Amino acid sequence: MRVIVPLQGVVQGTGGLFWGSVIPCALFYFLQLLFKTKSNKTRRHHPPSPSPSPSPSNHNHHSTLHRSLSPTPRHATASAYVSPRANSITTATSPYYFAFSDDPYHQTLNPQGVIQLSLYQNTLSLDLIQDWIHHNGTDSMLGKPLSLSRILPYQPLDGLVELKLAVARFMSHILEKPVSFNPSRMVLTAGATSAIEILTFCLADHGNTFLVPTPLSPGFDGVVKWRAGVEIVPVPCRSTDDFNLSITSLERTFNQAKKRGHKVRGIIITNPSNPAGKLLNRETQLDLLDFAREKNIHIISNEMFAGSSYGDEEFVSMAEIMEAEDHDRDRVHLVFGLSNELSVPGLKAGVIYSYNDNVVAASSKLARFSTVSAPTQRLLISMLSDTSFVQKFIEGNRQRLRKMYDTFVAGLKQLGIECSSSSGGFCCWADMSRFICSYNEKGELELWDRLLNVAKINATPGSSCHCIEPGWFRFCFATLTEKDVSVVMERIRRISDATK
Amino acid sequence: MTQTRKPAPKPEAQNPSFSTSGMKLIVPLQGVVQGRGGLLLGTLVPCALFYFLQLYLKRRRSSDATCATPPSEPALPRTSSRSNLSARAGSISRVRISRLASQISRPDDSLYYVGLDRVSIDPFHALHNPHGVIQLGLSDNKLCFDLIGEWFARSLEGSVVSTSLSINGIAPYQTFDGMMELKMALSDFMHQVMGESVKFDPSNMVLTAGATPAIEILSFCLADHGNAFLVPTPYYPGFDRDVRWRPGVDLIPVHCRSADNFNLNITALEQAYSQARKRGVKVRGILISNPSNPVGNIMTQDMLYSLLDFAEEKNIHIIADEVFAGSTYGSEKFVSIAEILDSDYIDKSRVHIIYGLSKDLSLAGFRVGVIYSFNDSVLAAAKKLSRFSSISAPTQRLVTSMLSDKRFIREYFETNRKRIRQVHDEFVDCLSKLGIKCAKSSAGMFCWADMSGLIRPYSEKGEIELWEKFLSVAKINITPGSSCHCIEPGWFRICFTTITLEEIPLVIERIRRVVESCKSSS
Repeated sequence: MRVIVPLQGVVQGTGGLFWGSVIPCALFYFLQLLFKTKSNKTRRHHPPSPSPSPSPSNHNHHSTLHRSLSPTPRHATASAYVSPRANSITTATSPYYFAFSDDPYHQTLNPQGVIQLSLYQNTLSLDLIQDWIHHNGTDSMLGKPLSLSRILPYQPLDGLVELKLAVARFMSHILEKPVSFNPSRMVLTAGATSAIEILTFCLADHGNTFLVPTPLSPGFDGVVKWRAGVEIVPVPCRSTDDFNLSITSLERTFNQAKKRGHKVRGIIITNPSNPAGKLLNRETQLDLLDFAREKNIHIISNEMFAGSSYGDEEFVSMAEIMEAEDHDRDRVHLVFGLSNELSVPGLKAGVIYSYNDNVVAASSKLARFSTVSAPTQRLLISMLSDTSFVQKFIEGNRQRLRKMYDTFVAGLKQLGIECSSSSGGFCCWADMSRFICSYNEKGELELWDRLLNVAKINATPGSSCHCIEPGWFRFCFATLTEKDVSVVMERIRRISDATK
Repeated sequence: MTQTRKPAPKPEAQNPSFSTSGMKLIVPLQGVVQGRGGLLLGTLVPCALFYFLQLYLKRRRSSDATCATPPSEPALPRTSSRSNLSARAGSISRVRISRLASQISRPDDSLYYVGLDRVSIDPFHALHNPHGVIQLGLSDNKLCFDLIGEWFARSLEGSVVSTSLSINGIAPYQTFDGMMELKMALSDFMHQVMGESVKFDPSNMVLTAGATPAIEILSFCLADHGNAFLVPTPYYPGFDRDVRWRPGVDLIPVHCRSADNFNLNITALEQAYSQARKRGVKVRGILISNPSNPVGNIMTQDMLYSLLDFAEEKNIHIIADEVFAGSTYGSEKFVSIAEILDSDYIDKSRVHIIYGLSKDLSLAGFRVGVIYSFNDSVLAAAKKLSRFSSISAPTQRLVTSMLSDKRFIREYFETNRKRIRQVHDEFVDCLSKLGIKCAKSSAGMFCWADMSGLIRPYSEKGEIELWEKFLSVAKINITPGSSCHCIEPGWFRICFTTITLEEIPLVIERIRRVVESCKSSS
């Protein structure tokens, strides 16, 4: 008894004290040892450590020739080590179904081809851009007279000051409100995606998490996960709320995440959202700010498509909200996409706008890995400073997007397909649950396959957007012409008729 | 005589008897052993102490994290954030930023970067600011801007530039890792630059916005957080940022000495490798720059073979940064590691080349870099990561046109080499007249100057003082060897391609002032 219940011996004060301390210590020690060996074993299952093998020290051709002739590889695995993080990036199955088919649709040349409705791009207003570039492109890039010292040598890594000033003016235009942007809070990056990755590196450590409302843009996971190692905890939005963000849902998800031991460092909101196209109203954004303050986390407001809002409701930028705030602004960061706004993603120009001095300092330095080409910066400076062009473009673009959205949604309605009401972006979010056989992800992917092979349309299934309700599909309409829309509807009818 | 009252060993005990109750609290076990209800205290007291310890540590940790955000750098003007003041004044806990951001946002400690900042605050201009700081710390080639200007002027007459900007060329969706036309043009260009002795396959390329992200992406692909690369010193200060910051890969220096003219020595490499292994550090590769930055020497073919053998033996990678391949002026011929690999019997999957157009074609502002690898897994991962560092479409088109003008490229090369040689020879000559010897170099845009005779004391501190003197008194920015991790103090990298031949006397004059003041003060 004294050994089994040493404490008893201790209490009885008869030398059990010795056993009472030795036995628990010994047990503890052995437990530690067990854990240590177990973790060593798992580590050893990684690519095996290189086994040093004798190699000829001279560089004589003949002596090394035998290496190529030996049939068996020297090491068990591939000869050179590739890091697991690289392998996980490569193998990350791209749920982003924008697979380029080898049978692309063309109105005249290939009318039976696959229509691409999965590419989140806007070609409706390219003629306006083309026009401007045709008249001003060369001069703006190279200078008139030719001034190469502005584009050839190394430029500040976080972007030219003139471009930051131009961006400040441009964003005020887009918001159609006199919101003032401070250029020294800006960091220019090679694209808005890069801006989000850099912010992720600045706000969270490897293994932390961000809350992100779903459905979200496919491929978004990779941006915060691949290198920064930050996980996304989805905050599900439901069709009952018309896919608007609900603070209760946010609260609930946050608490669940905390219970599971996640360190939540921030929320990323996209406004207008992709794919549902919802705008965040002032009320929600203020609630969001309160929430972030209460939980002491960051807010990243991804407004890269701010200029593509076409709805009746006003677009409220987080910057507008912050204008009225005079304290505790350190937690708010915005992302703008210049190339996205101008419908030319190939320009690769994004902006980080942060109210946190340290984040600005860190991002400016990290921008060295994601710089905007100097000729492109010069082009953008001229383009964004041309106020009459900017005005014309924003208005024209908005109108065309609105028109295309209305046409597309009306066409879907005729087929009995409802969409969530979008107020911005390049796509509509359609409820195709009627056509799926089993109300789950499998059924949804089966429908996607049918759409691709029968209707010859490539659309994005909701599961790759992390939507919790199966059956929702994203159709990008901003690359279509009016005529194409009727073709699309015709094709979708094939599916809807087949199901009936 | 005052009798100092013995302070009570612990707060009041429950037991009226002072000494025994005191003892029971201090040595609860004793109470337990004596079996007088001390069991309760014997468990409660240690638990309570443990709990309070945890709480204290937790508080300390959270206040540490908030204290880790230092105030912003005063040198560059920034708008004051009112929230900063109110948070300092009081009440609410500051929001936490990442460890990386806390580390990076601190003011620069690398003198290489501090120097660059000082130039940007007060840059020299022959007319507008003749007393500004002359930039000799950035290897930017400005010697052949006129040639490029002529090419652009010619192209404007044709429609090359406007075609590059045509919407059909830049609007359609492009893959992140670069247009095939540009890759093909670059493979031809690299073939020409590296002596026309090796062909490059465009499908082995991933294009990035400059060589800087290329190095970072390769570091992510070839090593895990906490692993290390061996790197011969002195090395380009930027590597510390490219390899350490986000990939989290350490750089282990392999020291090269002036006695070897700073050439790499395989024994030193072996030593560094085994020391690292002993410390439990996993070495994943060797990072070399060839032609070397900052010394400017070219690796011999023998050395490249030795490196390959070493890498093969240890099963590690070689990352060869060959950005200065086209900027050779000496008698030695540059041999790319790709040329050595051309033989069939060497495992190519461990060799990766970094290239770019910033140095050899003076297009630093355009941001064009190349990862060239034979390893399919690395290429696949790098392609995906290149989405964060893509080259702008108009720039890709423009550069493709420029590279396709073979006659211009040939002419540019010849003239560039000639001019670099001219300025290099003149500069080194003037320096030697001042008593400053340079390491023998055959490539690059800089000379590696030995100023150890001018520093007092003969240490890093002395070197830093001399650097400060150059910056504040002589108003020239040069790079001290310590920021290149050179093990011998007193060496400085001086870039000469940012000034014209005519400006050399001005620079030499400023250097002379410092040299004289050092000599007179000694």
